[in-house]
Amino acid sequence: MTTTEVPEVEVPEVSGRSDEHGHLTELRTDPIGLLQRIRNECGTVGSFDLAGRRVVVVSGAAANEWYFRAAEEELDQAEAYPFMTPIFGEGVVFDASPERRREMLHNQALRDRYMRGHAETIAREVDEMVANWDRLGAGTVDLLDFFAELTIYTSSSCLIGRKFRSSLDARFAELYHDLERGTDALAFVDPYADIESFHQRDRSRAALVDLVGGIMEERLAMPPAEGDERDLLDVLLSIRRDDGELQFDADVITGIFISMMFAGHHTTSTTASWTLLELLRNPDQLTAVVGELDDLAADSNREGLDLTYQALREMPLLESAIKEALRLHPPLILLLRVAQVDLEVDGRTIPAGDLVGASPAVSNRLGEAFEDPDRFDLTRYLAPREEDLANPWDWIPFGAGRHRCVGAAFAMMQLKAIFAVLLTRYRFALAQDPESYRTDHSKMVVQLAQPCAVHWEAR
Amino acid sequence: MSWRIEIDEDLCQGHGVCESEAPGVFSVAKDGRLTVLRPTPDDADRPAVDLAVRYCPTRAIRVTEE
Repeated sequence: MTTTEVPEVEVPEVSGRSDEHGHLTELRTDPIGLLQRIRNECGTVGSFDLAGRRVVVVSGAAANEWYFRAAEEELDQAEAYPFMTPIFGEGVVFDASPERRREMLHNQALRDRYMRGHAETIAREVDEMVANWDRLGAGTVDLLDFFAELTIYTSSSCLIGRKFRSSLDARFAELYHDLERGTDALAFVDPYADIESFHQRDRSRAALVDLVGGIMEERLAMPPAEGDERDLLDVLLSIRRDDGELQFDADVITGIFISMMFAGHHTTSTTASWTLLELLRNPDQLTAVVGELDDLAADSNREGLDLTYQALREMPLLESAIKEALRLHPPLILLLRVAQVDLEVDGRTIPAGDLVGASPAVSNRLGEAFEDPDRFDLTRYLAPREEDLANPWDWIPFGAGRHRCVGAAFAMMQLKAIFAVLLTRYRFALAQDPESYRTDHSKMVVQLAQPCAVHWEAR
Repeated sequence: MSWRIEIDEDLCQGHGVCESEAPGVFSVAKDGRLTVLRPTPDDADRPAVDLAVRYCPTRAIRVTEE
């Protein structure tokens, strides 16, 4: 679709341009409203103005397929997310060559053969998180705080190592959360603009570097003995330059850890919250999911539920609940690339340099692909409907094609392990008006808006 | 009736699930590159290959009957 022989037709721009920053204000306040209006007014290919830069947004199966199959030489991810650079640190991820990035995608920890060990690790982290719940008997938790902390432990434990995880506490999770809140779309104008969330981001990153630096000092003072368990930090500390100095300082190592954990953290945390909230808002479907887990526990040879990798694969109703939470509340609402050459899609031309986006928030709810698209409905994933498989280019909470989330299988396993533990041991109830739970869209990294409390009691 | 394995190269990311499910049929190198060792395997391999199709995280594998 890169031919230039067709007559050039400009991509139409959506209404509502407000000032010299175009649609930036709307992107910072009601991004889904903006993205949905592009679809309604412009069809499968439309655009908005992001502070003087055009962003083309595609939707629908054909345009999405074109988008997700495009090679890096056509649509590149580098430079598409300027709000990430101050978080990861200069040179940590997005400055890498396409070849290097392809290699990094093969983060060994996400390879299937390691996944089996992660299932057990995750279940243990959930156990620890609720260690005092049985003694308490009942209580109330804030979902954002609870799942954001839990997923810091699970992701650090699986991706960096249990040893590093054991040096972390809630403080790390709080600082990390400040990084995620430092993703205001104003970064498209200036990632270092004089606003409080950016200052907080920079202070919290510095505090994380201190924290990791402290852990490094301890390791260097007491290196692991032969045969001891080693984690990624031990490996990074073993790499020395020719002059004997450490190859990676605390700033770079912290940046590596932040970037490794970033994609899997807020996404999993938000999805966990919405899975529980949607099930609580749909009690019949909750009963079905809990029934599935109780049946599996009854069949299990051991006390409680079997949480091996194999067992976690066979939970179709719980899996459907997670998929519905992902479809209705995708943790990434706009995926971005930069056009490297002049491109053409659906008869519209996109000049090199434009940002090009696809929107899970819009595509996941297209009526042409999904029956009664705004309804939370587990049965849409069961045979014969299987709406996710039937619409691989519209069901895109994980993206699609060659850039599809490499952590998708890990995320699904993690979410299943979390709910297999929580739902078999505790009963949950909404602690607020069911309609009061909502997503905060004021940052590019969306999170559940607080307060978002639920009650729990031991079953 | 014979059957064969087809891979959508645009979709494969080299997770290695297929290799875990059907080690004699698929091999995934350290850099993520997939090799189909036997594109037309025996019927005895079919259950394992079906699992590979089902659990491929990127749905890149297809079985076609001929």
